[in-house]
Parts: sequence; structure tokens; C-alpha cells
Amino acid sequence: MASLDRTARSFLLSELITGFALTLKYMFKPKVTVNYPYEKGPLSPRFRGEHALRRYPNGEERCIACKLCEAICPAQAITIEAEPRDDGSRRTTRYDIDMTKCIYCGFCQEACPVDAIVEGPNFEFSTETREELMYNKDKLLSNGDRWESLIAANLHSDAAYR
Amino acid sequence: MPKVKIDGVEMEVPAGITVLQACELAGVEIPRFCYHDRLSIAGNCRMCLVEVKPGPPKPQASCALPVADKQEIFTQSPTVQKARKGVMEFLLINHPLDCPICDQGGECDLQDQAMAYGFDRSRYHENKRAVPDKELGPLVKTSMNRCIHCTRCIRFATEVAGVEELGATGRGESMEVTTYVEHALSTELSGNLVDLCPVGALTSKPYAFEARSWELTKTESVDVLDALGSNIRIDTRGAQVMRILPRLNDDVNEEWISDKTRHALDGLRHQRLDRPYVRIKGKLVETSWDQAFAAIAARLNGMDGSRIAAIVGDQCDAESMVALKDLVASLGSTNIDCRQDGARLDGPRGSYIFNPGVRGIDQADAILLIGTNPRAEAPVLNARIRKRYLHGKCPIASIGTVEDLTYPVERLGAGPATLRELVEGKLGFFEKLKGAKHPLIILGMGALAREDGAAVLAMAHELAGKLNAVRDDWNGFAVLHTAAARVGGLDLGMVPGEGGLDVDGILAGCEKREIEAVYLLAADEFDTSRLGKAFVIYQGHHGDAGAHRADVILPGAAYTEKPGIYVNTEGRVQIGRRAGYPPGDAREDWAILRALSERLGKALPYDTLHQIRARLVAVNKVFAAIDQQAPAAWGSFGKAGTTSDAPFKSTVPNFYMTCPISRASKTMADCMASRSQLMAAE
Repeated sequence: MASLDRTARSFLLSELITGFALTLKYMFKPKVTVNYPYEKGPLSPRFRGEHALRRYPNGEERCIACKLCEAICPAQAITIEAEPRDDGSRRTTRYDIDMTKCIYCGFCQEACPVDAIVEGPNFEFSTETREELMYNKDKLLSNGDRWESLIAANLHSDAAYR
Repeated sequence: MPKVKIDGVEMEVPAGITVLQACELAGVEIPRFCYHDRLSIAGNCRMCLVEVKPGPPKPQASCALPVADKQEIFTQSPTVQKARKGVMEFLLINHPLDCPICDQGGECDLQDQAMAYGFDRSRYHENKRAVPDKELGPLVKTSMNRCIHCTRCIRFATEVAGVEELGATGRGESMEVTTYVEHALSTELSGNLVDLCPVGALTSKPYAFEARSWELTKTESVDVLDALGSNIRIDTRGAQVMRILPRLNDDVNEEWISDKTRHALDGLRHQRLDRPYVRIKGKLVETSWDQAFAAIAARLNGMDGSRIAAIVGDQCDAESMVALKDLVASLGSTNIDCRQDGARLDGPRGSYIFNPGVRGIDQADAILLIGTNPRAEAPVLNARIRKRYLHGKCPIASIGTVEDLTYPVERLGAGPATLRELVEGKLGFFEKLKGAKHPLIILGMGALAREDGAAVLAMAHELAGKLNAVRDDWNGFAVLHTAAARVGGLDLGMVPGEGGLDVDGILAGCEKREIEAVYLLAADEFDTSRLGKAFVIYQGHHGDAGAHRADVILPGAAYTEKPGIYVNTEGRVQIGRRAGYPPGDAREDWAILRALSERLGKALPYDTLHQIRARLVAVNKVFAAIDQQAPAAWGSFGKAGTTSDAPFKSTVPNFYMTCPISRASKTMADCMASRSQLMAAE
């Protein structure tokens, strides 16, 4: 009996019809893909993308070289050197992040007492060479300048839950 | 012995100690800020509160409470916990929340104890106190907002350092630690204030913001910048020495080190020799090891041994010294000397070490200083003498030009004539020494490094005999060296052999062209212009006087960069460990000598550190007893003779710059400038 049923199904092309029906069904459903890079998906304010060093509104860099991010970094991707600046304040002379080592865990921004190092919303920073992913202080500060409005908005929207 | 019950455990403790010390013996840790083992008791931080029965119904400061029989002590009761939390909250009222920018962060007593007793938020809404920072000189950075008024710094300066310059003004919230009239501290021990400060109010200025305690690699080693051989911990990050801290050793340095030991480390980064050089047509040219050795071999091969000489520097490790000794001997020379300053010392071991040991100072009950300024030559040892003075009943006198030693010193006279009078019992102080049970004679290089040094040594020997200062239970004859390598060198017999020349003879020989080649093992402290036309090989770590004159430079390692054995002025053999590697092509010193010996066709019979240390023990078995002090051989020494009238003058006129490392240090230059400013102001 089972063999008769199977033979009938194959002659009537029922499997083929079921398959095409499914395809047809999805033709009328809304698309789940986006047309990257012209379209992009939504990002959470907590998204952990490319790092940036922020400044205060008066232009003073926030980082005070406390080295807590360096200490907490599980991938040991951060290197900091510091010395007193001419005005006697504590500042970094070197702030490097090896983005190839970084695992984007976000511990650095959690550890930062002054919200200086943050992982911003930018995730499009692929490079052609490895060397370009060794970020130094200038690069991180310029990231901060470029993304400041978005970063500030994200921090603000998330502040209530911290 | 009183019996006490600590947290329900009954135990017997020595009489006369405090409750805090008794708790420590019981293994119970009591939090504290103002209490310190080596300072007087202040009892003002109130952190060490415990409950004691019988007693008043309130917690008491355990650091200032003597133990009594049948006392019951509670250190963990709810009352005590509550009291400690209260004290911590009060301390934090005015302490700024600036841990992230504070150099003490990570090794801060207040931070640690706030983790245990702190409240997680503040109930204090008024403004915090603001205190102007004080200027305490080039070594100590202040941030007085952070001060919790424990007064450890004041007590240290007054008691240990012996400079009554720090004090407090005002009471309560308006109390400030200050120097009254703003000036740099005039002590050689000011770096220790930084270690003592339980918070970040006093931090190290040269080390400001440079590193965090958790990123440093710690190596336990020995200091070579003075002859005391202070035990130190070298903190490195990568290849760089970031700071030097004292290590606890009650027999040597307790827990203090001098400012030079602590802060001359930036000298290790400057003026370094990092590759071999050869002088070609009057100019030093960089070269390879191979060519440098070839240049040496070309000159030395076939040269008569008597025309070769070697001078050993003041900071050499024993390994390199024994390698040099063996190499020079294999070249057929006996012209070798480790006494660059010309100190007339080569007798039995007892004649050139600090026999009673540093610990012996605590026992002494009359002290005579001859031709030494311990404050400049070994400030930590000077603090020990001061500690003895503070205990009382210890007259101290000095022969020689002596400056302020931080304790009163009876000035007997200036030169050998006074010593002669003392030996003959013509001076009143003789009776004081004679009446003492443990008389101590400290003989400095100022008395020995001179033409009549041997005669002075003989007189000191005679004096020791007359005072009965050398007997089975006490040896009060002490030589205070100024060079870390000196005792090791003398132990290894780095003195001219039969028919050999001493430093003066070698230099005279150079001038007369009798000596054709001189090997300088990091020797810089003599008049290099007297080397004349000799072929000079300099092996060392800094481009100092010796390297300037050298024809071939072999770059060696500084004390932080090689494992080495050093013998301090007491004759204590101590091991220094490697904290980093020497820069560039520089190598460990004994290895350089070993490699050179092979090129000269006289290969030395050791290839590993282990083998060369075995060789050290073979030469002198004191090298087998690490960190021990054994009674040294005694006998007759010195040579009676005529003495000059010249006064004894310390060989260390300037504490801050005594060696290639400290001369290359900017911090030390700053200290000197600050000190001379202070002198000018006075």
C-alpha cells in the first residue's frame, strides 16, 4: 500500500508543487535582508564597535592614564604610557589598541572612570593591511571627534540602566 | 609573661608589647594607618580599634594599649566592626575620590582597607577640604588633599632621618603637614617618606604617573651604589627599570634605602655603552665584538705580563672580578688592584670589614668615627647610628672634618695626630671608650685612602687592642667602605701579587711607559689623565671617565642587568638578581672576560654561572655562605709609620654623585641643585 501511495505522489509531482508553493509564499512576504551597504540594520545603543577616545566639551581629552582599561583587557590589546603633562596633569603619552587582538568585550569602557575609552557604533573599519589596525592615540582621538554626537547620544540613552 | 585571650584563643605573649602586636603574634591582622613598627606610637588614626575586657565600655586603640595579664581582646566583634566602619567613613569625608589619577592606586592602604570597611556611598554632602600642596624637593611629590594626618612622615623625619623639618599646623580639619617655611627636605632618606605614606599624599616625583604597581615585574636584588648593600626590589616594566624599593632585612637596611639607591635609576637609561668601540686614529668607532677582541688580541699577544695591569671598579660583581683575576694571572701579570682610591687595606679579613655588623651598632655603647662621614657614605647606616643614639647612653665622637650627622658628635680633632693622642689615652674620650662594654671604632676611607693610611690603620688596630674592643663576644673594629665591590675584591685577593703594582704604581708605570696595557673593569674613580700612552681596555656599562680614555670599549652590564654576588661592608655575601637585560650588544661582564680569554688563547675554565660561582668558593670559601656573617680572621695589620698633619676628609664629598650611574642621573643632578640651593639659603 505504501508503495502505491509513493508511486502516485511521484507521478502527480506533488513534492515539486509543495516546494514551489513555499517559494511562492515567500515572494509575497516582506524581505528580511537589507541592501547593505545602502541599507543598514538598527544598532543598539550598547553596540560595541570601533573604539574611540572622547574629549570634554572644552576640547580637553578625557583620558587620565589610570590604566584600568589596560589592566582589565582580557586580550591585552591596550598599551598605555603616561607622564605628567607640562601643566602637571596626568595624561597619556601613548595609548595604543591592537584591534587585531581586541575581542570587543567592552570591559575597557566599563572600567573607564571618566568615560574616555568607548566602543562606538562604527563597525565599518576594515582595512587592507594589518598595520592599519594598530590604533594609536591620534587615531582613537580622531575617532572620538568623528563619532562624538552618536556616542554621547548612546551613552545618554543607556545612562538610566547603568 | 601575660596571658591574654584574643578572639577566644588563649595565648601567652611577651610582656611590654602592645595589644596590636599581640594580635599580630596571634595571626590576627588589625587595620592601621598611623602605627608603624619602626616609628614611635602616635595613636591618631583610630583605625586599630578593638574591644578589650576588662576596660572601659568602648573600643580602644590597640596600637597604644599595652597588653596586661588576663586581658580579653575582641577584634571581630560587631562593636569593633561598627567602630572601624565609622572611622573609615570619617577618614573618607575629606579624602578626594581621585584614585584613578593617584600614583598610590593599587598599593594604597586606604584603598585596601576601604574595600573591607568602607561604605559604598558618601553621606557627606558638604564640600571637601582643599589643602595647598607643599614643595618637598625634587623627590617627593605632594598632594595634600589626600593626607589623612597619620603623621608617619613627621615621625620618620624627626626620628629616623633626624631632620626636624616636617611638622603639622592647625588642628582637626585644618591640620596640615608642612615644612613651616617651604623648602626641600635636607635628608638623604626622603624617598622612604613615600613608602611610609599610607595614602597618596606623598608620592615619588621622578616616578610620577609612569607606571602602575600591577604592571611591574618585581626582582629581589642588592644595591651597589654604596657599600652597605641594601636589600632592594627592582620593579621593571619590559626592559626598563621603573623604580627601586627597599626590601626588609633587619640585619642590613631594616626597611629604608637612601635616595641615591632609590632614585639614581634614571642613570641606567643614559650614557650607556651599548656596543663595542675601538679607537682608530684618535676617534672611537663602533665595531663588532669580534673586531674589538681582535684589536685587544693584536696588542696583548706576546706582551710581557709585567707590562699589563688591571684596575677593578667600585661596583663590580664578584664573578667578573674573579674572571679578571684569573685572566690577568694567566697573562703573567700581578699588577691588579681593586682599591681605586688607594685605601691601604690588604690584611686579614677582620681588618677590612665592618666586624660587628650593622646590627652591632644597636649593641655598641660608645662610638668613635675616624675619617668618615657616614651620612654621605651610607645614610642608612647613619640612621642606624642615630637610632642607637636615641636609645641613649652612647657617647659618639669623631676624628676628622665632620658635618652634621643628625646626632650630636664630640669633635676630638681632625687628623692622625688626634688619633695618636687618643691611642695614648691623652684625650677624655679614651676613658669613655675604655669604660664601654661594646666600644665601636668606625674607620672610614677618609682615614685609609691616603699616603699614611697604613699607619692610621695600625693606630686604629692599637686602639682596638687597648680598648679590648676585639674579643670573643664582641669585635668593635669596623671599616666603613664606600665601594660596593671593595670587600668582595679584597676577599678575592684583588690586590697586587708578588712584585705587583697597586693603583698608584700602575699609573706611575703608565707615565713612565713601563706599563703598556691597562684593563679597566668599570674603573672610573681615578685620575685617567695619568694613564699616559698606555693601551686602555675599558669594560663597563657607562660612558664615564674610563670609557673616555679607552682604546677599546667592551660594553658590560649594570647591576640590575646581571646576576651577581656582592659582599657588603660587613662582609655579608649577597646575591643580586637580574631584573632586565643590558642594552644593545652589551653582555654580562664575566661572560665578556670568558670570551676574551678564549681569543687570547688562555681560555678560562668556566662556562656557566654555576661553574664560576664554584670558582668563587674555591678562591675564598666565604662566598659559600650567602647572607651570613661569620667572625672574621683577626691578626696584626697596618704598618706603623710617620703620619702627615693633613686632616681626615671623607672620600664622598657629594652624596648624590659617586659613581657612573649616579653621575648620569638627572634626578641626582636635581637633588644636588636643590641641596646647594638649600645650603645657599642657610
